[in-house]
Amino acid sequence: MNISAARRVPETPVYLEVDNLSKVYASEDGPVRALDRVSLKQQRGEFVSIVGPSGCGKSTLLMIAAGLASSSEGRVLVENKLVSRARTDLGMVFQNHVLLEWRTALQNVLLQAVARKMDPKVAQQRARELLAAVGLSGFENKYPRSLSGGMKQRVSICRALIHDPPHLLMDEPFGALDSLTRDQLVLDLQRICSERSTAVLFITHSIAEAVFLSDRVVVMTPRPGKIDRVIDIELPRPRTLAMRESPEFAQYSREILEVFLARGVLKE
Amino acid sequence: MGSGGQTLLSIEQVEQRVQEQNRAKRARDRRAELIYPVLAAALLLVVWELVTRALHVPVYLFPPPSSVIASTIENWQLLLRESWITGTEILAGYAVSILVGIPLALAIFQWPVFSKSIYPLLISSQAMPKVAVAPLFVVWFGFGLMPKVLIAFLIAFFPIVINTVMGLAAIEREKIYLAQSMGLSAFDTFRLIRLPDALPSIFAGLKISITLAVVGAVVGEFVGGDGGLGYQLMVANGSMNTPLLFAGILALTVLGVLAFWMVEVVERLSMPHQEKASGSVGSP
Repeated sequence: MNISAARRVPETPVYLEVDNLSKVYASEDGPVRALDRVSLKQQRGEFVSIVGPSGCGKSTLLMIAAGLASSSEGRVLVENKLVSRARTDLGMVFQNHVLLEWRTALQNVLLQAVARKMDPKVAQQRARELLAAVGLSGFENKYPRSLSGGMKQRVSICRALIHDPPHLLMDEPFGALDSLTRDQLVLDLQRICSERSTAVLFITHSIAEAVFLSDRVVVMTPRPGKIDRVIDIELPRPRTLAMRESPEFAQYSREILEVFLARGVLKE
Repeated sequence: MGSGGQTLLSIEQVEQRVQEQNRAKRARDRRAELIYPVLAAALLLVVWELVTRALHVPVYLFPPPSSVIASTIENWQLLLRESWITGTEILAGYAVSILVGIPLALAIFQWPVFSKSIYPLLISSQAMPKVAVAPLFVVWFGFGLMPKVLIAFLIAFFPIVINTVMGLAAIEREKIYLAQSMGLSAFDTFRLIRLPDALPSIFAGLKISITLAVVGAVVGEFVGGDGGLGYQLMVANGSMNTPLLFAGILALTVLGVLAFWMVEVVERLSMPHQEKASGSVGSP
């Protein structure tokens, strides 16, 4: 894959570099290729989506990029330093909210602060601000069991952001939500990201979500998991829901769709 | 439904009505939860009383509730004293079960080699009827408190171990990933995430165990006791004092329920986020 970083005129430094990464699982029926020599670079503050069908290895890629899973070959670099263990310079959001049931919304967000030994007063203040920013003021002291699916995912996003990480990794964060809640969360995420310079690596199987949010969309195809194409999205920001109806937006969606049609992921 | 619809209610009035109806229904349900079991129990006692009287069942065979109650009142000091002894045995056996069971479970969870060597042994040991070991304990430790505590422990500790190990192992992988990405130390991960995550399962084990500890203590007294409710049951049985036997069973039941309730209170205190205690597995 040749992904040149020539897009931005004053070239920003590369934050994450995935270099010729392969992942192979051993199985009864011989080796299974999950990732086949995948390379990609992400700059500081850049929003990169990886879009692809289930089983194309995109979640595996994210896990390895987070240092939470090992690769079979290749390497991951963060600011030119080799990643050899779980990274802590990031915030993680999983498809399932992964909230701790015995902690309130606020306490769940503050877990990150406790782990990083942030000043409790400052952390408390920031957690409340973040919860308010995603429309959860008044729910700080609720336990997860009395929150809706969308609310829980919002709390988990706040938890991933309270320490202002340079990198946010999201693994199909809106996959389990209804479409209206998704739209709202996509808007919230765009706003939150524009307010800080967090680079986001966003895994999704929704083409529309990828185009809407991203500076760059990485299209992956399965068997084996390979990067097929990288598309720069040059829609103006902030993006609005109405923009999804624009010809430019449709053009980008079409481009991704073509890849899936050409590779047999979708058949007409 | 509203009356005919001539007077249209405002939505606030509808809200208020629905809210009130709901409150009334909840109060009714709460009352029913209390009243029905009490009524059923009372009915059972009345039928029992009437049947034993009508059929002239001899008291030594099947005493009517009235004579059981009379016997309970007559022997209350004795029953209280014996309950104290048995209660001590139960609590001591239970305490040993926790003090051994939880650390053992942690060790099994923490060290795979230890787990691989001890776990199969532990599970196959459960096939052995522990009651059969009781006479041996009497030979080894005599007639005092010790053998009863040991039998109670032997019977009660296993569910604690199993449930703790299973609770710790059942954690979602993502929770551990989350802890790693936050840079939590192994100890903090355990303290903040693994242990609280396993608590519902641990308490399920603790609740099964407390009922088993009661069984263990009574078995211990059967086999070689000079006191306690189990011993008293044997004495009453030997002298054909069936009303006292029933009174002893009643006292044991109360003791068992009290012990179980105690564990439930601790459970509720340690998991305030749960509306209700997690099920009632092994409730007596």
